[in-house]
Amino acid sequence: MNSIESKLLDRRQFLKLSTGSTAALVLGFCWPLSGKDSLSDEDVIFVPNAYLKIHANDTVSVIMPRSEMGQKIYTALPQIVAEELEADWSKIKVIQGDLNQVYGSQTTGGSASVRTQYDRLRKAGATAKAMLIQAAATTLNVPGSEFYAESGFVHHSGSNRKLSFGSLVAMANTLPVPTDVILKDPKTFRIIGKAYKSLDGIGKVEGSIKFGYDFELPEMLTAVVERIPKYGGSMSSFDATEALKVPGVIKIAPISAGVAVLADNSWAALQGRKKLEVKWNDGPHAKLNSKKISEDFKAALEQDGSIIRSEGNAEEALKTAKQQIELTFEVPYLDHAPQEPNNCTAHIHDGICEIWAPTQNPGAAWWAAKSVTEFADDNIKVHTLRMGGAFGRKLQNDFVRDAVEVAQLTKLPVKVIRTRTEDLKNGFYRPSTVHQIQVGLDRSKKPVSWIHKLSGPQDGWAPIITGGADELAYGIPNQRVSYVMTEQPIPIGAWRSVAHTQNAFVHESMIDEVARQTGRDPLAFRRDLLKNQPRHLGVLDLVEKHSKWDKPLKDTQARGLSVHYSFNSYVAIVVEISKAKKGINVERVTAAIDCGTVINPDGVRAQVEGGIVMGLTAALYGEITIDQGEVEQTNFHNYRLLKMDKMPEINIHIVQSTEPPTGVGEPPVPPTPPALMNAIAALTGKRITRLPLKGQLG
Amino acid sequence: MTLLTFTLNGKKQSVDVAPDTPLLWVIRDTLKLTGTKYSCGKGLCGSCTVHVDGKPRKSCNLPVSKVEGKTVLTIEGLGKRSLHPVQKAWIEDEVAQCGYCQPGQIMTAVALLEDNAHPNDADIEDAMKGILCRCGTYQRIKKAIHTAAKEA
Repeated sequence: MNSIESKLLDRRQFLKLSTGSTAALVLGFCWPLSGKDSLSDEDVIFVPNAYLKIHANDTVSVIMPRSEMGQKIYTALPQIVAEELEADWSKIKVIQGDLNQVYGSQTTGGSASVRTQYDRLRKAGATAKAMLIQAAATTLNVPGSEFYAESGFVHHSGSNRKLSFGSLVAMANTLPVPTDVILKDPKTFRIIGKAYKSLDGIGKVEGSIKFGYDFELPEMLTAVVERIPKYGGSMSSFDATEALKVPGVIKIAPISAGVAVLADNSWAALQGRKKLEVKWNDGPHAKLNSKKISEDFKAALEQDGSIIRSEGNAEEALKTAKQQIELTFEVPYLDHAPQEPNNCTAHIHDGICEIWAPTQNPGAAWWAAKSVTEFADDNIKVHTLRMGGAFGRKLQNDFVRDAVEVAQLTKLPVKVIRTRTEDLKNGFYRPSTVHQIQVGLDRSKKPVSWIHKLSGPQDGWAPIITGGADELAYGIPNQRVSYVMTEQPIPIGAWRSVAHTQNAFVHESMIDEVARQTGRDPLAFRRDLLKNQPRHLGVLDLVEKHSKWDKPLKDTQARGLSVHYSFNSYVAIVVEISKAKKGINVERVTAAIDCGTVINPDGVRAQVEGGIVMGLTAALYGEITIDQGEVEQTNFHNYRLLKMDKMPEINIHIVQSTEPPTGVGEPPVPPTPPALMNAIAALTGKRITRLPLKGQLG
Repeated sequence: MTLLTFTLNGKKQSVDVAPDTPLLWVIRDTLKLTGTKYSCGKGLCGSCTVHVDGKPRKSCNLPVSKVEGKTVLTIEGLGKRSLHPVQKAWIEDEVAQCGYCQPGQIMTAVALLEDNAHPNDADIEDAMKGILCRCGTYQRIKKAIHTAAKEA
């Protein structure tokens, strides 16, 4: 399945799942979750809604409608529920929810878990609390208004009587579910806003928590796939004679992605695959390379683009401007390279297709199984597993499809694993794009025209290259933003912060260049153009203060600034660099984020740290290149990640806010590369317009 | 197939496997300890790091025949009775994000501290730079190693 088809299917599935989201929300509050589907204990369980189970032993299980991949929603989402429930934090347990329409969309992406689940999880907690209070009132035969809940108990205000939540579950189960609960005043929050340690922290240091790669079923086989090497290619024939001689190899058969080798252990499958002899048909893209793709994108800039933003008359304002500045930017394809390569387990038995997938997108996993097996909807079960990183890659369902196709070859459960090389060469990459920008300045050196034309790969969904390009925050009266998309066979997908990664680099590099060429301080220049953007100014104020922006540096040092809005949050970054024997060292990064109400400040800091590292990695080294119709990068030696010895000191500052919570995982990534490149321009005078930096400073 | 014996987490283990099988797959597939992770398969990222006779080794490209008669320690064996000071520091400093690489980070950090009880930043960078973390937790890893050094 190509990326377009997969995207369409994903969206169809998403629509299917999100149709009547109001209904789903209502359902979420009356759906009778059976007590035995996720927990084995036999105690009485109070299940007020699809997000909560309260046990007679006082344990509160919070059911996660979204997936965990390192963004720590297994802690942040329970904090939201526990706050309204007035739970005892030490009694909270997390259960991963399987795919179920009751939750609406279960896609984990767009830095959306907290911001989209906030209201409903608060309501879930508040509803349960109201029922427990009513249960206490009924039990003690006292009016409900005389009770309050605190730390896992319902207290009677008039006496010192208190009843634990667990002691009330049987009574609570008999009560109607209220629909008009009152949420807490945020001023009284005691769990939201606190830096609670991760609930799964111990499992992560003991090695006991299970990721998809660690999943195991009795009698499970392991399989690997020898994949069609070139884009547009196909399998011609294969000879499995030698491969089948490898001890442990059980079966070899073609699937749509190539040839599958099933074995009773991972090493046997890998060794068997090595011995396979496969003849491939090259297909139409066998000579494709990165140079050709880049030329295609540049040539497409000559075409008229589809307009996504038009204000005033940008062409005219550019023509009559006192000064024009024009730059062309280019960014490469990027792979997500999560530490855990893609994998999926499937078992087809008794007319049922059961899937265990480390996925950001259980809906798309379901759809992959449906389209392969054509089983009745109810006979496809998706279990979401924990991911060892994802960053957008595990939104796709190609690895699920592999597993389901392989599962059709055996009666046993089978886990299909990928190696690092397979993962790097079979990605859904952050698209490569080319950007032409022209800025016109008036006599007072104020920008009066902004013309931005983007060129990138076709995908059927323009925001994958345009996202953020149409949201330039700077007050420039005449703006025109347009794009052209060109068919390319390289699959593309959402990469942490999606198109903001390209467009923030372009916006923030260009604005900085205009400031530089007009002799303005980059911060003062931005402030002038952001007069009507108070939250941009808020993060700028914070980084100004904490980066000591006004403090002069040595001639061998420089700072670079950027600010960007994405996923409803605002991030400003200052990168401080110094000259090295060869190139530069990144010394220090100061970041400020405004993400509205903060659920867990340490979790926010962790995400900002990680986002900065991911942004720096992309800026310094990140590049997927194509030659002879296939991806050239094969492992971490030629797809480098930032290592500890190149780490800058990172300091993070969070804007205190009572606005609703907004995105955190993605927003720190986009402003990081331009802040670095702006520092390089300040230090060397050289404007880097092509990512990555690798090799450009001699 | 060959019968090989080594000590794993304090217990003698005999396995009947192809002798070129990397230790990683023997630990994970044969002995069912999944705390040690596969990530690159070429010794380039360190998610698979275990101790062999007390030294950190990348298990993904170490043939199991090379540990015959030796002592192997994995993350599961590290804090068997109570958490190791490095594991405690990891929790204290809230290091892990996805957590996938952390067993390899922790095993490497433990070996560093056994060698050098009070490492400075440069010592830590030198010991840890081969262990990749795509989530970008390096700043906290460094901090937690200092924390563990103080506690020990």
